[in-house]
Amino acid sequence: MVNVHVPEIHLSQAQFQPEPDSPKGKKVAEPLVVSVSAERTFLLSRGNSAFADRLFAWLMLLCGLSIFAIVALIAFELVLRSQLTLHKFGLAFFYEAFTDPDTHLQMFWDPVNEQFSARPFIYGTLVSSFLALLMAVPLAVGLAVFLTEMCPRMLRGPLAFLTELLAAIPSVIYGLWAVFVLVPLMREHVNPFLIKVLGWTTLFNDENPTGLGYLTAGVILAIMILPIISSLTREVMTTVPHSQREAVLALGATRWEMIRMGVLRNARIGIVGAVILGLGRALGETMAVAMVIGATPEIHRSILSNGSSMATVIANEYAEAVSEMHLSALTEIGLALFVVTIIVNALAQVLIWAVTRGTPAQAH
Amino acid sequence: MRALTDGTVTGLAILATLIVVAPLIAIFVYLIYMGASSLNLDFFTQIPKPVGESGGGMANAIVGSAILLALASLIGVPIGIGAGIFLAEFGRGSKLANGIRFTADVLNGVPSIVMGLAAYALIVSEQKHFSAFAGGIALGFMMIPTVCRTSEEMLLMVPNVIREAALGLGVPNWRSVLSITVKTASPGIITGCMLAFARVAGETAPLIFTALGNQFWSTSLNEPIAALPLQIYVYALSPYDDWHRLAWAGSLVLIVLIVLAVSLVRFVASRGVLKGAS
Repeated sequence: MVNVHVPEIHLSQAQFQPEPDSPKGKKVAEPLVVSVSAERTFLLSRGNSAFADRLFAWLMLLCGLSIFAIVALIAFELVLRSQLTLHKFGLAFFYEAFTDPDTHLQMFWDPVNEQFSARPFIYGTLVSSFLALLMAVPLAVGLAVFLTEMCPRMLRGPLAFLTELLAAIPSVIYGLWAVFVLVPLMREHVNPFLIKVLGWTTLFNDENPTGLGYLTAGVILAIMILPIISSLTREVMTTVPHSQREAVLALGATRWEMIRMGVLRNARIGIVGAVILGLGRALGETMAVAMVIGATPEIHRSILSNGSSMATVIANEYAEAVSEMHLSALTEIGLALFVVTIIVNALAQVLIWAVTRGTPAQAH
Repeated sequence: MRALTDGTVTGLAILATLIVVAPLIAIFVYLIYMGASSLNLDFFTQIPKPVGESGGGMANAIVGSAILLALASLIGVPIGIGAGIFLAEFGRGSKLANGIRFTADVLNGVPSIVMGLAAYALIVSEQKHFSAFAGGIALGFMMIPTVCRTSEEMLLMVPNVIREAALGLGVPNWRSVLSITVKTASPGIITGCMLAFARVAGETAPLIFTALGNQFWSTSLNEPIAALPLQIYVYALSPYDDWHRLAWAGSLVLIVLIVLAVSLVRFVASRGVLKGAS
């Protein structure tokens, strides 16, 4: 019991004596210290702390390993809970369609007759994410170029802060805003315009006048993934050494040529990584999309139609699903989402690391 | 010609910036306008009224969110900081540490709804009922990677001289880490925790089928519990104007909380993380 306190007493004394006096002399003068020799207390404290040190190191290691454990746990539980559909449908779960016994129409998702196929959800996820990237990537790169290369120093801080805030707004608030502002806007103005101008491509038709649908989901997703792509692009672009820029400028290049040849070319792998990371976010985004995509398990050619995505079908149906089959089908979609996002994120990390590796971690 | 291209691109970059800033300002202005006009004292003191009666508030959701977040922090903060300490102090440069760092980054990108599924499988389907506990676990797991990575970054900024000074005085390593290194980096670590906290405070997806939501007072960990983001979601999709107003007010409260946290993080980061303590 006494041993536990020894190192502390020892420590406080050691701190009070920065002078070159020999510590032994002082200790003899102090009557409070236990009468054993200073060497003995020192050795005791060593032995004591060796054990404590090892324990501490193990504890921290355990915390570190818990991150592996969480990933393993998620994978294990998801596989376990999707056994039913994994066995019944196999891989066909992800692409097969079937016909409804009563109406003889093509069906994908029928909880009543326990027929499930993830095809419309995969389609919805891909279409909305693709639309989001299409809108977000040019804007994000443009913003990053503006912030790193052109922006007056005075504006840089506030603008970077604003985009950071954009990343911090919860998904459900984006959804709320989309429901009350974006959806009416799409319904009244954007969609009619697109149908009138681009209706001939058959990608836009007026079957769905609600303003919900793939395109609206794509727009809100684009707003949500913009800050991630832009801030990572910025980070990658700032790691390009100044000598590169100066060299290109010295050859008589204009600013744009300098950005194109000196900066973007050197940073392109990292930018691709940032885009892929944004894709990962878009694939898994749930609440905002669930509120505007329309939630129907169908496949439409028109991007103004209602649809559903992998994440949103889980959010919409999981709490109400009763049959084991239905739960299992939803869990399997979750498993697919988990695997895909892991792969996408891992890829993005590798690409970003490839560029920022040589620079210190505090780049952002 | 080249000058023209240059000018065009500059114009395009400025345009892109404007297009990005526009929705942000639109969201904020609309949110503050709608939220402020529906926010009142009742919001913080009353529980939701039945459909058809006007008024009511979200007191139960605010308390519910506080309970869920406390539970999440209890799980996420110690484990996250521990993992950060391991990465920065023990495993520097080792293969294992790199693996953990990589996994943490990847785990950060796993959709929150998948976390919800895992918590459902782990707890709800074993207990056969929805509970606040399951929601707290899901949120806690989501906090770990963020807390871990920010703690690590902050600890790495502590100069080695400080560690060596402590060890040179004969301080055991564990004490040196806890009362010297971590203490020095504590402002940064705390802001990292707040960032993670702000992130999960707005999470809805993992709560839908774990905490489920509740229209009445409930503070029991073993029962479904209301949460602010969940309530906003339900109210936003309802057909009642009164509920829409409550949703806006709830969003404003949530966003104020989050903006405060983010600004604090930025403030601390900009003044140099280590000034406060050392």
